[in-house]
Amino acid sequence: MHIIVLVKQVPETSDVQMDKETGTMIRSSSSSIINPLDLYALEAALTIKDVKGARVSVITMGPAGAIKVLKEAIAMGCDDAVHLTDRAFAGSDTWATSYILAQAIKKLGLPDLILCGERATDGDTAQVGPAIASWLSLPAVTYTSKIEQIEINSIIAERLIEEGYQKVKVALPALMTVVKEIGIVRLPTLKGKKKAMASSIPQWNAHDIEADPSFIGLKGSPTRVVKIETPKVSRNCTLVHVEDEASMSVAMDSLFAFLNDRDFLQKGGKKHA
Amino acid sequence: MHEVWTISETYEGRIKEVSLELLARGRALADTLGVALGTVVIGYKIPKTELNSLIEHGADSVYVADDPKLSSFTCNTYSNVLVQLFAAHKPQIVVSAATTTGRTLMPYVAVKTHAGLTADCTGLAIEENTQNLLQTRPAIGGNILATIKTPDHRPQMATVRPRSTKILAPDSSRTGSIEYIPISEDWFSSEVEVLGMRALEGQQGAIDEADIVVSGGKGLKKKDNFKLIEKLAVALGGEVGASRDAVDRGWEAYPHQVGLSGKTISPRLYMAAGISGAIQHLAGIKTAKCIVAINSDEHANIFDLADFGIVGDLFTVIPEILKRLESRSEA
Ligand SMILES: Cc1cc2nc3c(=O)[nH]c(=O)nc-3n(C[C@H](O)[C@H](O)[C@H](O)COP(=O)(O)OP(=O)(O)OC[C@H]3O[C@@H](n4cnc5c(N)ncnc54)[C@H](O)[C@@H]3O)c2cc1C
Ligand SMILES: Nc1ncnc2c1ncn2[C@@H]1O[C@H](COP(=O)(O)O)[C@@H](O)[C@H]1O
Repeated sequence: MHIIVLVKQVPETSDVQMDKETGTMIRSSSSSIINPLDLYALEAALTIKDVKGARVSVITMGPAGAIKVLKEAIAMGCDDAVHLTDRAFAGSDTWATSYILAQAIKKLGLPDLILCGERATDGDTAQVGPAIASWLSLPAVTYTSKIEQIEINSIIAERLIEEGYQKVKVALPALMTVVKEIGIVRLPTLKGKKKAMASSIPQWNAHDIEADPSFIGLKGSPTRVVKIETPKVSRNCTLVHVEDEASMSVAMDSLFAFLNDRDFLQKGGKKHA
Repeated sequence: MHEVWTISETYEGRIKEVSLELLARGRALADTLGVALGTVVIGYKIPKTELNSLIEHGADSVYVADDPKLSSFTCNTYSNVLVQLFAAHKPQIVVSAATTTGRTLMPYVAVKTHAGLTADCTGLAIEENTQNLLQTRPAIGGNILATIKTPDHRPQMATVRPRSTKILAPDSSRTGSIEYIPISEDWFSSEVEVLGMRALEGQQGAIDEADIVVSGGKGLKKKDNFKLIEKLAVALGGEVGASRDAVDRGWEAYPHQVGLSGKTISPRLYMAAGISGAIQHLAGIKTAKCIVAINSDEHANIFDLADFGIVGDLFTVIPEILKRLESRSEA
């Protein structure tokens, strides 16, 4: 079985603090990490590899530094990787990005399974996965929370949707996006780290993947960002302190007045209305 | 004139509330442009009353694809239906919900139709001179708001976050058309088969589309104490949420996790108790209409984003709130 996992490099957010004055994000450093949600896609692929045996390839599209996330994926147990990088890719929206990734997948050879994270924590669109499936005319199973059964030609899985868990059977080849519930992410091993260090990762440009120039980069992107604003985070919080019975009573009066003013107390009282 | 369209979702034969929210969005856009508002319903045996309710809530035309093989959502098949409908009617704008269905289906269709698509919008407007759709969405964990447009491609597509729009009051005097579109065997792909549904564990429902969400974090100290959060949620008519720390400890199931690696939600009221307000948590609630926080640490980050904060011990504060709520409902 051949599995391709798509991972994105995103800015680290865990040590980000908010600037209380301006409401903007202070990035302590511009260090980049694997999109945290893509770790679950890697985990799902490596679990299949453990259980059934599989070759796991990783692809990322991004600037030179993005090779780091591929090395990390190999250190976790992936077999090989491809780095898509070209100035011409810059400014791609999800439509163009998914085209580039789909072209790379075609060049690598259509695998049995393509795995993506649910969404990237920076762009946060969750569009690239289903869009790649569309380019390749593959079935798309999104929000996968559990892979129950893997056959040669199909997978039975559960999807976490609003109403609960939906069980589906999907014919392979297919594309799946996964959520955190799929598993607990493994750490890189020493052996993996050595392998990562030793491995040379091919870089492909637009020409290598036979990309249509009118489909990539800013020029190939149907959407345009026309404005960026930083909304102010502070909501002018009314803060009350509860230390004893008297302050509790004051706090409750003020809370209930607040909730009442905003019509939040209807539902609770509805049964008697 | 090319219509504005929304995609209506159904569950168990009923139109979902979020689809009525979309009609309010669509109505405003269609009125600004001076065109009709259409909506597409794909499903099986959707009752006439439900279809009529779409008209009452703002639709001028309802396009229905009704077939047993359309009874549950599968991406490829639903995409085939939409691609055919877009080709026939050429809507200029198509708005869908940023639900698990909308966020799967729309990107699939956008590729097939070479359309631009903006995810998870919280604001939609028409640009004055160009009549282009302006799509505003939070990005980078809700820390910026980006406005996006699609100048040269049609339709202009967007998904809209549930609970970010007020439903229009139903108007039973509104008229509109309901058109059943002829079923085409070419739509159906058998690559995905829906085998069944399993309900979420516990009594609580989904937080994605809830009006009120009450969340607990590590400050709850143990699983048993999470009952306090559940009680408060029930008393307020809301659903239960949790921080990642609470979920990782097994106090609440993953579908209830709010934040970066859980769900991004926009309830009318978000109440957080024993949650510090880490940036990854706040990323999930930036667009909540109103936030109330209870935390014993007055410097907790959650207070930066809250509208109302109680600095105090949640184990005394929540029981007191419950007591007040009870006495109110008895009154
Ligand atoms: C990649 C990544 C993704 C993440 N995704 C998410 C996510 O989706 N959702 C999420 O929530 N987190 C996420 N996190 C984790 C996040 O960084 C925090 O660790 C987490 O949100 C903390 O949870 P908490 O607020 O419950 O716990 P803590 O930060 O430990 O806060 C507990 C709070 O409870 C208060 N408290 C204690 N006792 C009481 C009491 N008796 N009464 C009142 N208050 C009390 C304390 O003052 C404290 O503020 C993610 C982290 C990373 C790195
Ligand atoms: N530049 C990229 N390189 C590789 N994979 C990507 C890239 N962008 C997005 N993806 C994949 O698509 C998923 C969804 O991303 P997004 O649509 O940006 O939220 C991610 O979790 C990745 O699996």
